Amino acid sequence: MSLVEEPRSRVEVPARPAPPIPYGMLAELTHRCPLQCPYCSNPVELDRRNVELDTETWLRVFSEAAKLGVLQVHLSGGEPTARRDLEQMIRHCVEVGLYTNLITAGVGVTAERLRAISDAGIDHVQLSFQGATAEVTDKVSNFRGAHERKLAVAREVRRLGLPLTINSVVHRANIHQIPDFIELALALDARRIEIAHSQYYGWALRNRGALMPTREQVFWALDVVEQARVRLKGVLTIDAVVPDYYAKYPKPCMNGWGRQSLNVTPSGKVLPCHAAETIPSLDFWNVREHSLPDVWLNSPAFNAFRGTDWMPDLCRSCERKEIDWGGCRCQAMAIAGDAAATDPACHLSPLHADLLALAEADAEGTDIYDYRRYFQPDRAS
Amino acid sequence: MTATLAANGVPRLARGVRLRHDEARGQWVLLAPERVLNPDPVAVEILKKVDGARSIDAIVDELATTFTVERQTVASDVDVFLAGLAEKGLIEVTSPLVGDAAS
Ligand code: SF4
Ligand code: SF4
Repeated sequence: MSLVEEPRSRVEVPARPAPPIPYGMLAELTHRCPLQCPYCSNPVELDRRNVELDTETWLRVFSEAAKLGVLQVHLSGGEPTARRDLEQMIRHCVEVGLYTNLITAGVGVTAERLRAISDAGIDHVQLSFQGATAEVTDKVSNFRGAHERKLAVAREVRRLGLPLTINSVVHRANIHQIPDFIELALALDARRIEIAHSQYYGWALRNRGALMPTREQVFWALDVVEQARVRLKGVLTIDAVVPDYYAKYPKPCMNGWGRQSLNVTPSGKVLPCHAAETIPSLDFWNVREHSLPDVWLNSPAFNAFRGTDWMPDLCRSCERKEIDWGGCRCQAMAIAGDAAATDPACHLSPLHADLLALAEADAEGTDIYDYRRYFQPDRAS
Repeated sequence: MTATLAANGVPRLARGVRLRHDEARGQWVLLAPERVLNPDPVAVEILKKVDGARSIDAIVDELATTFTVERQTVASDVDVFLAGLAEKGLIEVTSPLVGDAAS
């Protein structure tokens, strides 16, 4: 979602800059999913079906998003097709002018269902592959036969004439497959592939020792992607989310907190980013109690790290402060224990050496996954 | 990159590409997979006529009349612009004589 291009500048009121208008909204319709990826970006505490928003509330949220200025809605999860009312939501989005993007794992999605989704007016489908081969996909997703089903879904998506993006999250078990992922995307007639290095929050943080690639692997991967980009220009767009543990500068978190996008969870919480719940001090408002524009403009969580005033001196005095926005707040939380610290991925952070040491140690970790799952219900007692 | 499109070709936006007015920001936007493009005013006038019915020739005629610009100039601007979009897969041009647009 950092791929939205910057608009031409709007007129700024110098004293009090106009509030930003979001471009994209990630709608996590459900946390239910047949797969169990160990790097899942959903929180460790997954929402159960009985706390999910009802259809009517989602439709209201989409209408409010459109009014607020959101242009593109990413229908995600969990597995969004687990919601029987998905088609109804898509039709509604189309009606209110939203561009709809389906982000699916493609397991349990029949050809009939895809046709219904297409007929409802979906604009774009992103299909995840956990590996470039059946062996790796099935192992990482912990679902036998997942790969074959994904291949069938990809073919059906193209048969329906829908634009297809292949999403791949790479880590130690599949980073060597990057060239194969690219070949797979070409073979499936995708026009775009996302190659995202695992980001270490939530489930991925738990599994960091089993996911972290070595420095050599990471630099090899950067090289392979760069070469493929040149070679396939005009044929396949390759968008990469770079790994930051071995980097010099952090990634530009969300292109600025509360600036371009927002995220609604299955139970209706509105987050500045999908991992924001890992910051315990933040107070998230819920669409059950607040309108979306109200949350966007006024909720404490969205204003906590908006702009540059919250930054530590190191970032505030840095020329890159409006390039990378001080990096990832969730990573600062995870590593520095302070969400308002400079992201330790930045080489200027006093904790950068620690982060690097951590990565190098984890790259030597065991390959055993703590798969994504719902915790036992009796756990809360 | 001299992909010249056949003048009798009929362009239309590819599936997954939409042109709309963005009220919140007071501008036209071209929406595509994971992209929001800001076409300039000239591009918007061309895109509004890309409807899957008008041929490139017809689009050029109309623009030349509306803006009283020399047809030759309009024709080459439109060609360059649409060929670029076709190369990016944002439009498809149906015609037996299309240069590129196979994507
Ligand atoms: S000091 Fe802060 S703003 Fe500067 S590069 Fe590092 S993270 Fe970015
Ligand atoms: S820092 Fe946190 S909020 Fe920002 S992009 Fe990273 S995960 Fe998301």
